Amino acid sequence: MSNQEPVLGRNRTGIQMSPVHSKEMIEGIDNFSWDNVPTSAEDPEGIEMDSLRNAHAVGSIPVPLTVKGMAKTGLEKIKGDRPELFVDKLGERLAFERSGVRLYEALLRKCMAENSLPPAIDIVRLETIRNEELEHMFLIKHCIEHAGADPTALTPSADVAGVSSLGALQVISDPRTSISQSLEAILMIELADHDGWDLLIDIARSQGQDKAAQNFMDALQAEARHVVEIRKMLKGTLLGSRATQL
Amino acid sequence: MGLKIEGNSGYPLEKQIRSWKEIVQEPISKLDNDAFTRVRLILMNGLETEALRFSHACSRMNRDLQRVLAEIRRVEQQQATTINWLLPADQSPLETTIGYEQVAIEVTAAIAQQEPNPYLAQVYRFGMLEDFDHMYRYSALMDRLEGKDSNVILQSYTDILPGRPTIIEHRHPFDDVKNPYDRRRAEPISKLNALTIMAAEFQTHDYYMNIGPLFADPLARSLYAEIASIEEQHVTQYESIIDPSETWMEKWLLHEANEVYNYYSCVEAETDARVKRIWEMFLDFELGHLNMVMELFKKIEQRDPMEILPSHLPNPIAFESQREFVRNVLENEVNLSADGPNFVDRSKENDRTLRYRQQLNASGSPSEQVAAGYRWAPGTELTRKRYAM
Repeated sequence: MSNQEPVLGRNRTGIQMSPVHSKEMIEGIDNFSWDNVPTSAEDPEGIEMDSLRNAHAVGSIPVPLTVKGMAKTGLEKIKGDRPELFVDKLGERLAFERSGVRLYEALLRKCMAENSLPPAIDIVRLETIRNEELEHMFLIKHCIEHAGADPTALTPSADVAGVSSLGALQVISDPRTSISQSLEAILMIELADHDGWDLLIDIARSQGQDKAAQNFMDALQAEARHVVEIRKMLKGTLLGSRATQL
Repeated sequence: MGLKIEGNSGYPLEKQIRSWKEIVQEPISKLDNDAFTRVRLILMNGLETEALRFSHACSRMNRDLQRVLAEIRRVEQQQATTINWLLPADQSPLETTIGYEQVAIEVTAAIAQQEPNPYLAQVYRFGMLEDFDHMYRYSALMDRLEGKDSNVILQSYTDILPGRPTIIEHRHPFDDVKNPYDRRRAEPISKLNALTIMAAEFQTHDYYMNIGPLFADPLARSLYAEIASIEEQHVTQYESIIDPSETWMEKWLLHEANEVYNYYSCVEAETDARVKRIWEMFLDFELGHLNMVMELFKKIEQRDPMEILPSHLPNPIAFESQREFVRNVLENEVNLSADGPNFVDRSKENDRTLRYRQQLNASGSPSEQVAAGYRWAPGTELTRKRYAM
């Protein structure tokens, strides 16, 4: 069990920890003259709905500026396809894999700092997964370049995926979180990563990029393995030998 | 020659109160807007928060001015809200930090070149090289922690290279206190320049102090702590170049004039039509404030505000890449340090600064640790020849 694995203690957040004050608070709510509070005529969803209806996209998909890219995109557009969707989602996977490498590096640091690592944690496997995320990143990079697009551009889907992943980064990079808590955050990322590849393969096929789709199949299978392995490490860390008996 | 000050009465104060919908507008796009639009948003939020800071300090010391200060300050607080709320939520605190350092580099470099007083220009170049190094350290953090490229924010306008290393920017407080300009002799533009950079650095310090604890990563928390300490030094430095014998009314007049000047500069440079309309509106608002304060100045000080103000606004601030200038300064002045108000070669640093620095860095340096082996490449490791695991 790691030092950061939660144990029983003086958690103050529930009302049962403050019986006197919570009783006063509840009485205060009950005795308050709610009838004297004017009911607002404002629609509580007014601002939200107004913004939803009028908002613009977070950004655009970058136009390929290489001659090869322009020609390719132009050709695809004549066919009525959506090459920009493919570029957007390639950018997303690229950013996701690149940040994923950092998440595994943070998790590995956490494991290295641990004096008595839970037996369920396989450092070599974690390093292998980290390396596979990096390989996936380069696979996508080459695909983006092949499409004539710019791998350094942040596409809208990459940007939004970055926002989604920030919570996991905050969990894993926090020295106060346990290995199991970090594994849960990684599992969330791996589940999303798996489905991200699955979706990318569908998009590639829809764009007639069968060769790329075929190349992505290996990555999808690797991501499926990651999910299984992280899930196993998580359960093993929390339940020990009982995990295998369930 | 820029906008004429006299005769431009601006928008009347009583009409400057807007609705929440006008105050809080849709943010800009992190991906599609030009980086200099973000630079201007950050800078102008700095100007407005300085307006609030000054106004509160003035109010505490001047009972008779409290009502009119409160009235103008309320509008400026709402202007600050509009500006700062234009930053989008997908721009993370670390990405916004990169934007702040871009302001500190590009705007300070522009100001250093338009500053007629050689000593003040040296002060700006000195501070700029330190912020230049912060950009490098934060970029290293972004790559290490998030696997992201800070150039997504910088849009290739600003180099990501080591400057004067942050580890040796720590100086004894006495060595950050500079000589002020002389209020009677200084050019109006010198007074405005000092206010602009002081405002920008003050908000940078405040920003780092607020967001530093939001990071979970211990290295990130330490780096923000270290760089915030340098920003405190910079505020001390830029505050000290302003003549403290200026009267309260003189300072207020200069603050309003500086806001007019900065909004005017923004209007001249803005490429986003929607944001430009906001700058135009706020320029009119500030002309309204300036005219009110000019009238007050006449009444209270019994003298002509044009003794202090320029008849026309100076040429607008150049919101553009200052790469060549920054590189030259880096080449020629990276070894400078400070001995009291004077700039000296690093070999001539005094004992108090050496002792202070030694104590502060006794347990290691976050800014060194974060950037160990870091070399920027487009898209992080995407274009690096080798990736070290």
